[in-house]
Amino acid sequence: MNSDTLLSVRNLNVSFPSAKGDVQAVQNVSFAIGKEKIGIVGESGSGKSVTGRAILRLLPPYAKVDAEEISFKGENLLTYNDKQMRQIRGKQISMVMQDPKYSLNPVRTVGEQIMEAYSIHRRVSRRQAKEQTLNMLAAVRIRNPEQVYKLYPTEVSGGMGQRIMIAMMLIPEPSLLIADEPTSALDVTVQLQVLAILDDLVSQRGMGLLFVSHDLELVSSFCDRIIIMYGGRIMEIVEAAELHNSTHPYTRGLLNCLPKIEGKRERLPVLKRDESWLKADFSHTLSGRE
Amino acid sequence: MAKRVTHISTGREWLLTDTPQSAFQAAAGRAYLGILDFLKNRLAVLGLLIILALVFIALFAPQLAPFDPVTTRLGDRLQPPSLDHFFGTDEVGRDIFSRIIWGSRLTLYIIGLVAIIAAPVGIIIGTASGYFGGFIDTVLMRVTDIFLAFPKLILALAFVAALGPGIENAIIAISITSWPPYARIARAETITIRNSDFIRAIRLQGAGPLRIITGHIMPLCMSSLIVRVTLDMAGVIMTAAGLGFLGLGAQPPSPEWGAMTSSGRAYIIDHWWLITMPGTAIFVVSLAFNLLGDGLREVLDPKSDN
Amino acid sequence: MLKVENLNVIFGHGSARNHAVEDVSFTVNRGESFGIVGESGSGKSTVLNCIAGLLHNWRGTLEIAGTMIGHKRDMAFFRMVQMVFQDPYGSLHPRHTIDRTLKEPVAIHQLGDANKRVEKVLAEVGLGDRFRFRYPHQLSGGQRQRVAIARALILEPEVILLDEPTSALDVSIQAEVLNLLQDIRLERKLTYVLVSHDLAVVSHMCDHIMVMNHGRTVEEITRNQLQGGELCNQYTRQLLVASKGYDRAAIDQFQDY
Repeated sequence: MNSDTLLSVRNLNVSFPSAKGDVQAVQNVSFAIGKEKIGIVGESGSGKSVTGRAILRLLPPYAKVDAEEISFKGENLLTYNDKQMRQIRGKQISMVMQDPKYSLNPVRTVGEQIMEAYSIHRRVSRRQAKEQTLNMLAAVRIRNPEQVYKLYPTEVSGGMGQRIMIAMMLIPEPSLLIADEPTSALDVTVQLQVLAILDDLVSQRGMGLLFVSHDLELVSSFCDRIIIMYGGRIMEIVEAAELHNSTHPYTRGLLNCLPKIEGKRERLPVLKRDESWLKADFSHTLSGRE
Repeated sequence: MAKRVTHISTGREWLLTDTPQSAFQAAAGRAYLGILDFLKNRLAVLGLLIILALVFIALFAPQLAPFDPVTTRLGDRLQPPSLDHFFGTDEVGRDIFSRIIWGSRLTLYIIGLVAIIAAPVGIIIGTASGYFGGFIDTVLMRVTDIFLAFPKLILALAFVAALGPGIENAIIAISITSWPPYARIARAETITIRNSDFIRAIRLQGAGPLRIITGHIMPLCMSSLIVRVTLDMAGVIMTAAGLGFLGLGAQPPSPEWGAMTSSGRAYIIDHWWLITMPGTAIFVVSLAFNLLGDGLREVLDPKSDN
Repeated sequence: MLKVENLNVIFGHGSARNHAVEDVSFTVNRGESFGIVGESGSGKSTVLNCIAGLLHNWRGTLEIAGTMIGHKRDMAFFRMVQMVFQDPYGSLHPRHTIDRTLKEPVAIHQLGDANKRVEKVLAEVGLGDRFRFRYPHQLSGGQRQRVAIARALILEPEVILLDEPTSALDVSIQAEVLNLLQDIRLERKLTYVLVSHDLAVVSHMCDHIMVMNHGRTVEEITRNQLQGGELCNQYTRQLLVASKGYDRAAIDQFQDY
């Protein structure tokens, strides 16, 4: 593995018990991420979100998770107890969810919440904390931080809320950010602006970003590498620039079935699912970057 | 033997199939899943069994009761519990066991009628209020507020006092005081349902308010209402017993449990069974309804649909 | 087929006053597919709701098939215009089987032959008889949306209003539903009004496209103009750039309109 590997996952399996037997949500997933932007792309039920959560142990207790290896900066996370995992989640790996409204306390102002998060991580005076909070808000390109500081979460727009969440997640200066569909609920222009902020932060601070999304085109233009998942398995891992040259039938199917502005007015090709995708062994493509 | 097993499993398959062939099969499959869910809750099943036992006892009261519930036998008065009189006898020599058995009919009569009167009134007023909104909502909800502004028992007392004592009047009084919470629940549910896409879709297909309320909104209010009514039954039994206790409900010599505790009051120190036996009956049946209600809540909760 | 003139919708009063739709006018010809594109808060869905009669506080002129329509709609209107909603999970009654959902409109309009109609329309949207007695929670998102389309079709309308019909679906399912909508339109010679935030979807489905922002019409363009990038308006141009994916340099040029 590369020396600057931040997180490495080998043979991750997650299953959920149900009345009709265990449901295998993630199967034999292996990948490694360095200081780069990696996208995990798949349709609903592909296991992309579950993968992100399993790494941070954020799944409900009835989920069965096992893996040969989940290591972060060389430390084996599998041996960590819950308290140590909380440390990791707080300081080393942060997570941004889809809807900021559920992640913020509705009865306290945005500023207070960021300030509190800040003072938990650093011993500073109230004034310094507030100053830093305003700096954080400015860093995620909020034009009037003083005003936004006093707003309640219900009073901010979706794009603003997501910027605030990102500001909060960046306070502990994590080395890895897991973003689970962070912009899917936003308008397309706002979405791109939020991504630009993430992009800049990643390159300035040398962070790694694991970007979970359903939008293949967006991820291919935003990330460095793409993990494509289907039915809980990795179909392939490709360089973003090479995506359009991919030969995997699933990737091709996904790309083809998108309507295009320049496209002709004809029937869209429909994705033909193939059971054999779930059996094929793609492990040869998984050994890091070729 | 093997044949029988396959028969059972096909029955189960018929119920659980993903491709039902008729509306009946779909509904049956749904009910079967609900029953499976319900059976997982042991306490709720216990509650249901107690209530089924109550119904059974009420149906077969003449066969089950060893003595006549109203004939007095002064020679046998105030006998402690024994093999002759399981629960003892009261101050005029009536067998308390027999009276409790006959009293189950009265209890069922009261809760049955209250449920039949109060629940429909509540759901009609609540759904109409929630669906139409505006002026209709204001008027109906203020009326509801007026009823809710008085303690239930006091209001029931006032009504019975006005109507005259008696079990029918007690039932009417309890029903009048029970519907407002149901109307509130139905209204709250209706308001959340009213703006959903499936209601907008049926409006766009030309359905009138009557069809929308009865066919589309009411079925969705039913589950929370059934739960609430079941949980309220304990309160209804208590109110009926309270009215009976105050002499405003069932009149002597009818074996109503509340009235029995009332007349046993004078003997509480030396002859504890006079008041303990009917009191225990009230307690057990109330508890059973509460347990059943809790179990139903878990099964019928619309949020657990998916 | 459909003519909207000077449509205005205002929600709320005083400081909460929101002019959701301002002087919007457009015409849709018979058999045409008309697209309305905009971001959230642009008023695009509000326009659709006004046409459908689900909103009442509008002012302006609405005309369908040559007849003016007011705030109250009659049965003939409902047989002429139907709608498909965005959220496949919220648009079907959770306690009704698919069969019941589809028979309800037949009963309302007393059309008779309910069983035959249901069978026919289910086949038309690519769902067999197997699905007929299922409850919505036993269907996937795409299947639910097919049921919603079947429900709109069963009254044999001439105009179908589509409110973001595929935005809640996976892309592979979106392709299937868009194909289905295209096929049905050609077969039944329907008129569509499609509302979406996705330029690509609208461009795939529609010949004439209206771009909306903050309740106003930004511009009305044809599909060819969009493909050729012949756009007069900066806002439309920005939307077009944004829909092409992430481009760090272009984002710095974005403005708020």
